Amino acid sequence: MAGAAAADGAGPARVVSLNVCTDQLALLLAAPGQLVSVSPLAHDPRSSAMAHEAAPFPANHAHAEEIALLEPDLVLAGNFTARAATDMLDQLGYRVERFNPANSLADVRDNIARMGTLLGREAEADTLLARFDARLAALSDAPETRPVVAYYLPFNETAGVQSLTGEILAAAGMANISEARGLPYGGRLPLEELVLAQPDMILVGQPYDSPAQATALLQHPVLRATGTLHEIPDGQNWICGTPFVLDAVEAMRDLRRDWEATQ
Amino acid sequence: MRLALSLSALVFALLLASLSLGYAPLPPSTVLRGVVGAGDPLHVMVMQQIRLPRTALAALVGAALGLSGAAMQGYLRNPLAEPGLIGVSGSAALGAVIALQTGLAAAFALALPLMALLFALGAVALILLLAGPRGGSLTLILAGIAVSALAGALTSLALNLSSNPYATFEIVFWMMGSVADRSLSHLALAAPLVALGGAVLLTLGRGLDALTLGEDGAQALGVSMTALRLKLLFGTAAAVGAATAVAGAVGFVGLVVPHLLRPLCGARPSRLLWASALGGAAMLLAADIAVRLVLPERDLKLGVVMALIGAPLFLHLIYKTRRGG
Repeated sequence: MAGAAAADGAGPARVVSLNVCTDQLALLLAAPGQLVSVSPLAHDPRSSAMAHEAAPFPANHAHAEEIALLEPDLVLAGNFTARAATDMLDQLGYRVERFNPANSLADVRDNIARMGTLLGREAEADTLLARFDARLAALSDAPETRPVVAYYLPFNETAGVQSLTGEILAAAGMANISEARGLPYGGRLPLEELVLAQPDMILVGQPYDSPAQATALLQHPVLRATGTLHEIPDGQNWICGTPFVLDAVEAMRDLRRDWEATQ
Repeated sequence: MRLALSLSALVFALLLASLSLGYAPLPPSTVLRGVVGAGDPLHVMVMQQIRLPRTALAALVGAALGLSGAAMQGYLRNPLAEPGLIGVSGSAALGAVIALQTGLAAAFALALPLMALLFALGAVALILLLAGPRGGSLTLILAGIAVSALAGALTSLALNLSSNPYATFEIVFWMMGSVADRSLSHLALAAPLVALGGAVLLTLGRGLDALTLGEDGAQALGVSMTALRLKLLFGTAAAVGAATAVAGAVGFVGLVVPHLLRPLCGARPSRLLWASALGGAAMLLAADIAVRLVLPERDLKLGVVMALIGAPLFLHLIYKTRRGG
């Protein structure tokens, strides 16, 4: 069966992906042998929910020269990844397909469907979408009280309602603090305003190994002192518009039910 | 005496203003009760864990920079000497970045200020070595530019090699400085070393006064130049190193403050020392208040505000130096 899709001429035979999100969509949908190379982040369990599956695939570093030598029939990139390299590949006549970052669960569905079409794997994409819809429906319940949560990010930013993070929280039955504060797309929320607003939960990502002031903010002792701080252990599920966002929804729904039990 | 009182009053007023003006509006009574731990526990938490460390650090860092600027200018008898300008702050930042990125700071907490101190010590020693005890302007500035550029480049390199995606933004922080969202643990880390360095620098007054008569005159008055130089070296490195380790490299304070206060001190370096410590604290507190009042939603960096005040004064100083020939 190896290279079956390519042999049929239904899809590109050699696919190279330059972005951790297109890496995962391609890993989910490509025929065996179709995907040739992934981005280095695909191997990092902190960024990629499919680090294990990506391990056999060699990494590329999004240099135009390196990609050209791989002789791809299709190059998958994020809209903002390695602009100079993808523009160069465009000029050299390679087929480059760019994906926008998913900002909603609907975007996730669109990206899955588009990836299926590009790879000539529509049937697989339809199966994946059907499972996605069924699982999302099963996860959604309508709670009576929704806890107000703040998803706090480096640089004093908070996640907005109209973002993938915001939709994950909403699907899990949580109310987002940025809604009440008039920040639909998220925005700056100084530390003291966050603490004074007294959200039911403050969610932060896990710290990186190496320090930065921007991320050190999330370890400020005052956040722990509020007693409502929750560290999100599965950041890789939140980054990309892949079906793994539903793992994030499930984890948040469980967290919400734990919170309900204490009320 | 009048100068001491008015400067202390200014610092006190700015301390109160810095505590009262935050991102969230809190009435003054809540602010005062919150600082001493009374009233709503929520307000106590915000006051004691967010605003108090920020205010205290701004004052501490300003005092350290003002004091070491005055001491260096007194010793080198050159109004251009300043920890930020001649690369001492930048080197301290490099030491701090190396301590953070190698995990040394995580291994034991004191590694951060100690590494900053070590690098600051190296920079001060290098500058003194290059500029010589008489501190010729040209060698001083050239040496300072070289040390600053090297420290800045190595800091950027260390951050570029970091695996944290936010580390690139970090370069701006280490070059500009900020006291936003620091915690009490930062304060506890920096305060002892700044106090130690400051205490050493304040003992230099008599020696620096004597030095205005020239080196021979000072020695005739019984001042040991070796001891003076060593104390200056250690005091500046400790104060600036510890301040930089928690607040990044804030420029211009050490240059501008002694320059502003010198006419009020009757050209006596001993008076200028403590006056510059108070003046530095006042200036940095004022700059940090400005950071929060002007464009509060954009998170201005402290160094930007200081440079906006400092650069024109610096130009004025150069212009005057040129006219003086």
